[in-house]
Amino acid sequence: MRKLLNTLYVTLSDAYLARDGENVVVRSGDEERFRVPIHNLEGIITFGYTGASPALMGLCAERGVALSFLTEHGRFLARVTGGVSGNVLLRRKQYRMADDEDASLAIAGHMVTGKIANARTVLQRGLRDHEGRIRGEVVQKAVNSLAGILREIPGAGSLNRLRGMEGDAAKIYFEAIDELILEQKETFYMRGRSRRPPLDCFNALLSFLYTLLAHDVEAALETVGLDPSVGFLHRDRPGRASLALDVMEELRPYLAERMALSLINRRQVDSKSFYQKENGAVYMDAEARKTVLTAWQKRKAEEITHPFLGEKVPIGLIPYVQSLLLARYLRGDLDGYPPFVWR
Amino acid sequence: MSKREYGEEELLALSGLQHMAFCERQWALIHLEKQWKENLQTMEGRILHERVHDPLLFEKRGDRITARAVPLVSRRLGIYGVADVIEYHRVVESLTDTENETAMETVRDAPDPAPEAVAGFAPGAVRVAGKDGMWRPYPVEYKRGRPKKDNRDRVQLCAQAMCLEEMYHIRINAGYLYYGEIRRREAVELDEHLRKEVEDLALRMHELYERGATPPPLTRQGPCKLCSLRDTCMPRLPKTGRVTDYVRNVLKDIQEERGALP
Ligand code: SF4
Repeated sequence: MRKLLNTLYVTLSDAYLARDGENVVVRSGDEERFRVPIHNLEGIITFGYTGASPALMGLCAERGVALSFLTEHGRFLARVTGGVSGNVLLRRKQYRMADDEDASLAIAGHMVTGKIANARTVLQRGLRDHEGRIRGEVVQKAVNSLAGILREIPGAGSLNRLRGMEGDAAKIYFEAIDELILEQKETFYMRGRSRRPPLDCFNALLSFLYTLLAHDVEAALETVGLDPSVGFLHRDRPGRASLALDVMEELRPYLAERMALSLINRRQVDSKSFYQKENGAVYMDAEARKTVLTAWQKRKAEEITHPFLGEKVPIGLIPYVQSLLLARYLRGDLDGYPPFVWR
Repeated sequence: MSKREYGEEELLALSGLQHMAFCERQWALIHLEKQWKENLQTMEGRILHERVHDPLLFEKRGDRITARAVPLVSRRLGIYGVADVIEYHRVVESLTDTENETAMETVRDAPDPAPEAVAGFAPGAVRVAGKDGMWRPYPVEYKRGRPKKDNRDRVQLCAQAMCLEEMYHIRINAGYLYYGEIRRREAVELDEHLRKEVEDLALRMHELYERGATPPPLTRQGPCKLCSLRDTCMPRLPKTGRVTDYVRNVLKDIQEERGALP
């Protein structure tokens, strides 16, 4: 498998990124703070109003290094993409399949299957690992309901039905996930997803993790030549990376929600890590964001045996592998899209 | 063979021939799907190319001109590209045609035509702007590694020569491959066999391009092991079985384990 390279997260708000030969240089004021050869990088994500030189952007585009600009809180602003990757024939195939209800349903069905199976495994692991500390019957009931929905997916018949099932499953899952929060329950709870903006600490944490995942998935889709904005499960909407959202679905439980739970249960984040805006929006502070980024980086370097390939891959490459498998399916190398199913 | 000419729009990258010679799927991944990401190896290759100015490689002599980054095209093969280096060797102009013919035979027979053996004798020579006399061009291709077992470097070199031949209406009997790792150049005789290989590969390349489909992976072990696109290609994929079964098993496992619950 391809090597997992580092992602450079730039959190200094006054940083300026420049190119020096084959190196990425991070400056702050007159000072050089960091320097790394471009070939060691997979992506660069900057938080806050960081500047970057056109020369650096060119270098990133040329080497297929995803360079994303996010706000301090992780809202996506822009990304630099080069013209190197991408195959018009593959994209056309993607569009044709996205226009075809049956073809979309086949792919989306597998994605939702992956998502629900993984959500269910998160709950199941919680049951197993925290026996006696949680209300087991509540979680078990959710686990069973999710199995019931899973059984019905192959017969969903239409994308709308499938979306409905996915919505039901999400509701069941998020209700039950509240049980898996073992520590700091007065700060962290799940009473439904709130996105824009997140209205509680757990949602704020999830939102931040989703941002990190979204960056990786979009970059991976672009690398393999797919268009992140044309999806199968999610409808096209201007400005929305629908395909990235599709692929994220199955990865969220394993990569994001599980990490949120472990950060909370290990007390790596706490109530002091968050602040609330006047309008109720809840955000993580800079210190906590660094903690999360470090944990995320560490996690990406761990390895797991890919359930379909049967090959060991660094967790950080899962978005890339899934994108590649999707491209392989669209091109006809595979008889279906194999979702990532955590076992 | 019908001598059809390819139009401007139909020209394909000459550099693709070496990929074709290695593996058709590799060619498709790079040239159809644009699935090429610069890795360390190719980057070093590029840096070597940038450093082709290395003075050690060239004796500055009055009877040799070195042209770099020379654009090439062959309408007949439907390829275009850029040669790293074309060397022009001064031709001794006093030879008669018969003498030239004999010299040509000598070149053909020589297993390893050294520049000296070739310079001055082979058939077709050309004028070079701003220089007196006649000069014979030889393509020189720079490779980072060492000589390879397969023919792909020779194929690329030969294709460059065939472009030059078409552009100048001459015949070129030899070219040179320089290998960075052994820091040596190798003379390559451009025989009929090699030319045929170039023609076949070019034809096949145009065929694949027309179809726009990526061929399945090679099942042979060798090339895949050495292939820089292995991670993108996933040549082992067909062995992983059907996705339908994989997804069905996921569901089956869940149902069974559910049945086992109280
Ligand atoms: S990995 Fe094997 S099949 Fe794939 S492109 Fe390389 S040589 Fe061809």
